[in-house]
Amino acid sequence: MARLTMREAISQALWEEMERDSSVFILGEEVGVWGGTYAVTKGFYDHFGAGRVKDTPISESAIVGAAIGAAMTGLRPVAELMTINFAFSAMDHIVNQAAKLHYMFGGQFVLPLVIRTVSGGGRQLGATHSQTPDVVFAHFPGLKVVAPGTPEDAKGLLKAAIRSNDPIMFIEHATMYQVRGEVPEEDYSIPIGVSKIQRQGKDVTIVSYSKGLELSMKAAEELARDGVEAEVIDLRTLRPLDMGPVIESFKKTNRAVIVEEGWKSFGVGAEVSTRIYEDAFDYVDAPIKRVAQKEVPLPYNRNLEQMALPQVPDILAAVKEVLNG
Amino acid sequence: MGLSNEILLDMYWTMLLARRTDERAWVLHRQGKIAFHISGIGQEAAQVGAAFALQRGQDWISPYYRDLALMLAVGLTPLEFMLSVMGKKGEPSSGARQMPSHWGLRRANVLSHSAPVATQTLHASGLGLAIKLKGDKHVVLTTIGEGSTSQGEWYEAVNWAAIHKLPVIFMVENNSYAISVPQDKQMAVPSAADKACGLGLPGISVDGTDIVAVYSAMQIAVERARSGEGATVIEARAYRLTPHSSDDDDRAYRSREEVETYKKSDPIPLTQRLLLSKKIATQAQLDEMEKRAQTEIEQAVADATAAPYPSPEEALHPVYAEEVTHA
Repeated sequence: MARLTMREAISQALWEEMERDSSVFILGEEVGVWGGTYAVTKGFYDHFGAGRVKDTPISESAIVGAAIGAAMTGLRPVAELMTINFAFSAMDHIVNQAAKLHYMFGGQFVLPLVIRTVSGGGRQLGATHSQTPDVVFAHFPGLKVVAPGTPEDAKGLLKAAIRSNDPIMFIEHATMYQVRGEVPEEDYSIPIGVSKIQRQGKDVTIVSYSKGLELSMKAAEELARDGVEAEVIDLRTLRPLDMGPVIESFKKTNRAVIVEEGWKSFGVGAEVSTRIYEDAFDYVDAPIKRVAQKEVPLPYNRNLEQMALPQVPDILAAVKEVLNG
Repeated sequence: MGLSNEILLDMYWTMLLARRTDERAWVLHRQGKIAFHISGIGQEAAQVGAAFALQRGQDWISPYYRDLALMLAVGLTPLEFMLSVMGKKGEPSSGARQMPSHWGLRRANVLSHSAPVATQTLHASGLGLAIKLKGDKHVVLTTIGEGSTSQGEWYEAVNWAAIHKLPVIFMVENNSYAISVPQDKQMAVPSAADKACGLGLPGISVDGTDIVAVYSAMQIAVERARSGEGATVIEARAYRLTPHSSDDDDRAYRSREEVETYKKSDPIPLTQRLLLSKKIATQAQLDEMEKRAQTEIEQAVADATAAPYPSPEEALHPVYAEEVTHA
């Protein structure tokens, strides 16, 4: 095992897949000479050349639209959208084209397309640079939506995404590129659509993903000091959503808190808690709680931003409530 | 041209104030006192030349994030700017909710804009449409970087304004780079003004470091817009003398020699030389203006530093204009 940052793990996955398969190429704004806004493709331009590491004009719809066209010829484009906020400028191509072309044309074409993008707040970048709208994309059948919470998962899932024949939104979190973790040295991939128990426990089930996982693991540590053993489940993929480990855990703990960085309304918490109620209603000992962002556009000033984002104490309070419920 | 000595001096003052304010923001960022700064250094002549051709405060502006000098020209103060970069309570663009340099100043008819680039261009066409519907004589100035003219929205907005002869000036502040991507990787034409040709409206390319040239081109475009002849694309050619923002290091994508070469066409000394050679100002007057700018900016920094931050609860409103009880 090597100890890598999230950035290194993602970068390695891209690099290794490009070495392995010459049909993989990268396109996006500022990905070439500069190496990407979050420095994930640093060094790629010099090694793989301008043909496979393409700086595009500033046009998100052109990036995704062109990637779709290239994917339909059998290439494996990895399109980078500088932030998920800019994905809205490419929305037609993502939801009306990428998500539906395979289905609408009766399976004649496959779309081996990965859209790598960056979600999340916490860096004082204001309302239109800091959203966590991951669920928006998970709403659409035809897309797969992957959002890893550890370097090991990021590398393995990105490899699987590049090898997949379906269009995939691969969502990284803006504040997690420096997060370190153990990453296997050998070639591996992790199947898309499989949730994972990141910490075992018996008293309460915390379900989360991406940045929410980081917060949940911290909360679980604090809870352990008070003698509460939380089981933390990382969804890793929002669509397809693997509820197996969640239901299994819930049947054991009978209590759950769902943690997400995006807004609560119509969010991951709404979906996951409903599925628990549908599939494990007889096991419910307390109303399920959701921890999420305040329902405001994310503000710039640090006081305001931290107020609006979900925090560890919010999770602790929610756990306390379900334990007393 | 119609530029009196007094107006030229006022234009230079605005440029100088913008430059020193901008430089001070970089220092504040390097001192860890602000979270973010995005710079307009090198583009002051383009912005001030454009602003002064407008009826400032009456005409509408849909700007982009490098337009500090343009904003000072329409009445934003250095103190207000410092409040915004520090994210202080009550800063006028957003009350510290929006990123710095994403302007919005209702009192000066300046629209706020979003982070995805080129969206402001469509708003400008909408403003032009509204002006035409209302039958008033205002015009709209919208600005953008050359890289952002790659966006579909830019073409869509210009096309619409051209068809309906909307009173809009689409000014491209061509500073030669997107972040790291140079102009020739954004467009195959030598000038962003050439794009106007295919859309059926005039395109003018001017030296954006020459304040008189920019003003003159703008005057033609404003006259066209105000008299009902329609929209114009103006490209003001300049060079971004700083990194894209406080978040990047431009040494990764361009040589120091290149930057040094372009410093020779820095619009601040160019304008100083113009004022001196035409005897519009003496060196002593310029020195005095320099001192006045420094004093004003230091006062702004001191006042902004002393100003309070917003309380966390301010994050929770105003999401809606009307009261919502089940949010």
